Amino acid sequence: MTPVWRRAAGYSALLSALLLAVVTVSAGIGPVSIPAGTVVAVVANAVAVPVSVEWAATAVGGAGPLTAGLPLRVEFARPFAFPVSSTQEAIVMRVRLPRILLAAFVGVGLASAGTVMQGFFRNPMADPGIIGVSSGAAVGAVSWIVAPAGVLALLGPLRPLLADGAGLQIAAFCGALGAGFGVYLIASRDGRTPVATLLLAGVAVQTFLGAVVSYLLLHSGESIRRVTYWLMGHLSGANWSEVAAAAVVVPALTLVLFAYARDLNVLLLGETDAVALGVDAERSKRVLLAVSSVLTGAAVAVSGVIGFVGLIVPHGVRLLVGPDHRVLLPTSALAGGSFLVAADTFARSGVAELPVGIVTAAAGAPFFLYLLRTREVYDL
Amino acid sequence: MSGGSDPGDGPRDADANRGSDGEGGEQPLIAVRDLVVSRGGERVLDGVSLSVDRGELVGLVGPNGAGKTTLIAAVNGTLGIDGGTVELDGRDRRELSQREVARRVATVPQETNTAFEFPVESVVEMGRTAYVSRFGTTTEADREAVERAMERAEVTEFADRSVTTLSGGERQRVLFARALAAETPGLLLDEPTASLDINHQVRTLELVRRSVDEGKAALAAIHDLNLAARVCDRLVLLAGGSVRATGPPRDVLSDDALAEAFGVRTAVNDDPAVGSPMVTALREADAAGDGS
Repeated sequence: MTPVWRRAAGYSALLSALLLAVVTVSAGIGPVSIPAGTVVAVVANAVAVPVSVEWAATAVGGAGPLTAGLPLRVEFARPFAFPVSSTQEAIVMRVRLPRILLAAFVGVGLASAGTVMQGFFRNPMADPGIIGVSSGAAVGAVSWIVAPAGVLALLGPLRPLLADGAGLQIAAFCGALGAGFGVYLIASRDGRTPVATLLLAGVAVQTFLGAVVSYLLLHSGESIRRVTYWLMGHLSGANWSEVAAAAVVVPALTLVLFAYARDLNVLLLGETDAVALGVDAERSKRVLLAVSSVLTGAAVAVSGVIGFVGLIVPHGVRLLVGPDHRVLLPTSALAGGSFLVAADTFARSGVAELPVGIVTAAAGAPFFLYLLRTREVYDL
Repeated sequence: MSGGSDPGDGPRDADANRGSDGEGGEQPLIAVRDLVVSRGGERVLDGVSLSVDRGELVGLVGPNGAGKTTLIAAVNGTLGIDGGTVELDGRDRRELSQREVARRVATVPQETNTAFEFPVESVVEMGRTAYVSRFGTTTEADREAVERAMERAEVTEFADRSVTTLSGGERQRVLFARALAAETPGLLLDEPTASLDINHQVRTLELVRRSVDEGKAALAAIHDLNLAARVCDRLVLLAGGSVRATGPPRDVLSDDALAEAFGVRTAVNDDPAVGSPMVTALREADAAGDGS
């Protein structure tokens, strides 16, 4: 093991432990406070191990999300049965945990995407939404809230999915991908995508989409509160199916980004150098852009536009671990998860619930300024 | 030649031999034929041909804007080719992947973006980019190559320091180490001495010379004619996008083409200290006296 990987593994182990601790503590915080030990017991009780699998003649419903619709009969065994009250079990499993886990996945996604964008653009102000992905998601989501019929007409082929209660998320996700891909097309010519053009095209498209959102806001009538709430970024009302979707999308895409950590390092030296060193720069750029945009789109679709996580977490972590993406990417991702879980815990435990976007910005900005003032800042 | 590199040289030699045996052996490592490169609709290189053999240091000289940097970029794959061919070790560059190109020629750029705190060792390790697989990590061979390159370029002592804290001369040696770490049979250098003081200019070119004497083929753009004449085996004079003269330094420097290319009258003498040819640009007044 080279020192770099040892460093990455060491920091990652530490930050994984921190994330687990934050999740456990957070699950105990709320109107009813639950000791951490009880939280662990509740989670352990929920562990189900499949012990036998049988083919069934007909599809069996209700066996679980993984086997629903398949002609399989699966028997689960629950190895733990700690004594916990059913109220506590319900609070942890049904109310708090889905929201906390969603916060963790969204935090991981935004921080990873933010790290990649900052490295990619070699610009300290780059954030996950820099190529218009978040603005596109906002247009999708706000259109869905204000005029669902119009969105349904536009997204004809996806109608069955939209009707399934996930319309807002799917509209936001489609908006995100549309905007990201549009910016990429605008900035590309003859198979090349200069980073500076991409940045400027992203800013222009963000501005335009911002105008669209403002227009929709004017005409949102009674739903203005819901629209505003979404735009500020929030995690209330998280459910297990959102968590399941995030649990598939976020780790998979984050791992793809990890595989490009070395390319990102070399790209920091400039594209000419990167190509001379043997990197297929255009291809690496396409993969990095596409993956981090889908990641951001997925995160924004389930949580709204939560600002600042993707900007300050990578910066804060970079100040601690340095610019090598082989270390920076995994540590940023894990720190982003912890940060958003902590921020959302604060957001939901006050007198009146706040959108978590307000908390991340209000807490993140002073912390960032503190780092700027107390540590020497790298140019990136 | 240096003791430090002896034990680990086996794999590199084997690799170099395989490349030449398999592909004809005798052809030059870098062969450029009738190369045309356009940038922004204008032909920067217009029918350039040159070749560099193993064990040969070829200096690319010429006035500002002659296309020296463009030529290097066309050889190492950072620029597209609009006509003619670039062959690396007998293979057309356009048929090679960028990874394969980077295993044949390594480039020492004039400057690089080093505005972030990578330690020197990490920067040198980036020279191994073309060998490390996406999901793999660096191997023992990679680490040995990095260590050898750092030793050779004399940067081992600041391996752990951040590149941002180095002086221009030290940074240039780090970039040279990065190119050596790639263990390619070919080296491309774009004005490797442009920003260095005279002490570091000579030291850097000595390092290049040593690698060439051990069998590398090197093409170096050098704007200082006298420095180029001192260390290079051959010079190629580039002006206005084409080759105006080529040959041993003494011939190229005394050629009328040189004065023509630079648009100034010149006098060539022997350098009293090292005996290599020395060019002096003459002012109008000097030229009048000289012409009598």
